[in-house]
Amino acid sequence: MRLLLGSLFALVVAAVVGLGATYLALTRGAAFGPLTIGSWTAWPKTGTADADPYARASIARIGRLPTALGDGVAFSASADDNGRPLDGRCDVVLAGVTPAARFWTLTLYNGDGELVANSIKRSGFTSQEIVRHADGSFEIVATPRANPGNWLPTGGVVRYVLLLRLYDTAVGVSTKAGREVPMPTVNVRSCP
Amino acid sequence: MIRWLLLALGGALLGGIVHLATIIILPRTATQDAYARLSRSVPVNTVAPLPEPTAESAPMPFMDPAFASAVCRYDLSQGPLKLSVPVSLAYTSVSFYTRYDVAYYAINDRAAGRRVIELDLMTVEQHSQMPEDEEITAADRLIVESPTLTGLIAIRALAPEPGLMPMAQSAIANARCVRADEPKPSR
Repeated sequence: MRLLLGSLFALVVAAVVGLGATYLALTRGAAFGPLTIGSWTAWPKTGTADADPYARASIARIGRLPTALGDGVAFSASADDNGRPLDGRCDVVLAGVTPAARFWTLTLYNGDGELVANSIKRSGFTSQEIVRHADGSFEIVATPRANPGNWLPTGGVVRYVLLLRLYDTAVGVSTKAGREVPMPTVNVRSCP
Repeated sequence: MIRWLLLALGGALLGGIVHLATIIILPRTATQDAYARLSRSVPVNTVAPLPEPTAESAPMPFMDPAFASAVCRYDLSQGPLKLSVPVSLAYTSVSFYTRYDVAYYAINDRAAGRRVIELDLMTVEQHSQMPEDEEITAADRLIVESPTLTGLIAIRALAPEPGLMPMAQSAIANARCVRADEPKPSR
């Protein structure tokens, strides 16, 4: 009886630990070799045939097609530079420049990877649409209220994710975070 | 007491194995991955344009709305495929994915260096069976080896401004993916 109870206990512990760790790994989007710059993180290796098992599992679970490394690199941000989760009811300012790339696009998704409905049907910017300062830097304001300049409407969703995709870029597996890869800062300006 | 601690430790170790096993098995059992989603609506060995993602519906999550996209769901069991994609004005890319949505190759318009991206897609076996003395092989054709028999080719053209979307879509509409042994359609 003690043996049965003991092995049952061990099996329950195994199931909880094993499935719990899998669930955590997949919901956090864990994979090896992240490239983190400020609030932005990319997994360049996920876009290659060498993608690790964690990356493969999370690709399958989300049901997306990852950006292939020969095509570009996708950086995502779900929190601002102070680590606060991005809130669609706040005014969030993205300022700065991007690493060298032929084109880039910035897109706003909800947590499930769906676009967010808004009145002006804008879900992001491409590098050609953006209004820049004289020195080439730009400022994008993600807010639910109409805003002059580069306004990225959030539709008032509680949580969102920003994806900055660099196309035809030198940023890749061997890139180290540093001055060659400047990413825009993400800061909350005001929160109602 | 020590007995229970040991059991918990053993359980945790076993849990590690369970964790690794589920991570490795998951892609093979996923029913909602990109390939499975698309295989319901997309025919085999033909280029099928994908609808633009909107807030209401999207063929798959995290699609870039600035791109016009099309996919060719391929099956190489009948023989190699020929792919040709005319490049659009801004940026065009072709990415290859295995059955389990792992990107194994991608090429863009600049790397192709021509007005049309032309590729031959085949399995490693089919490649090794190709006659070696064929002069055109090396010079004109870019050959891509697929690790799996089936998979996806994602063809995407950038519309730098929303007004240029029709142009990007029309460039994609002329993309072809056909069996290599089929006669070319007359123009």
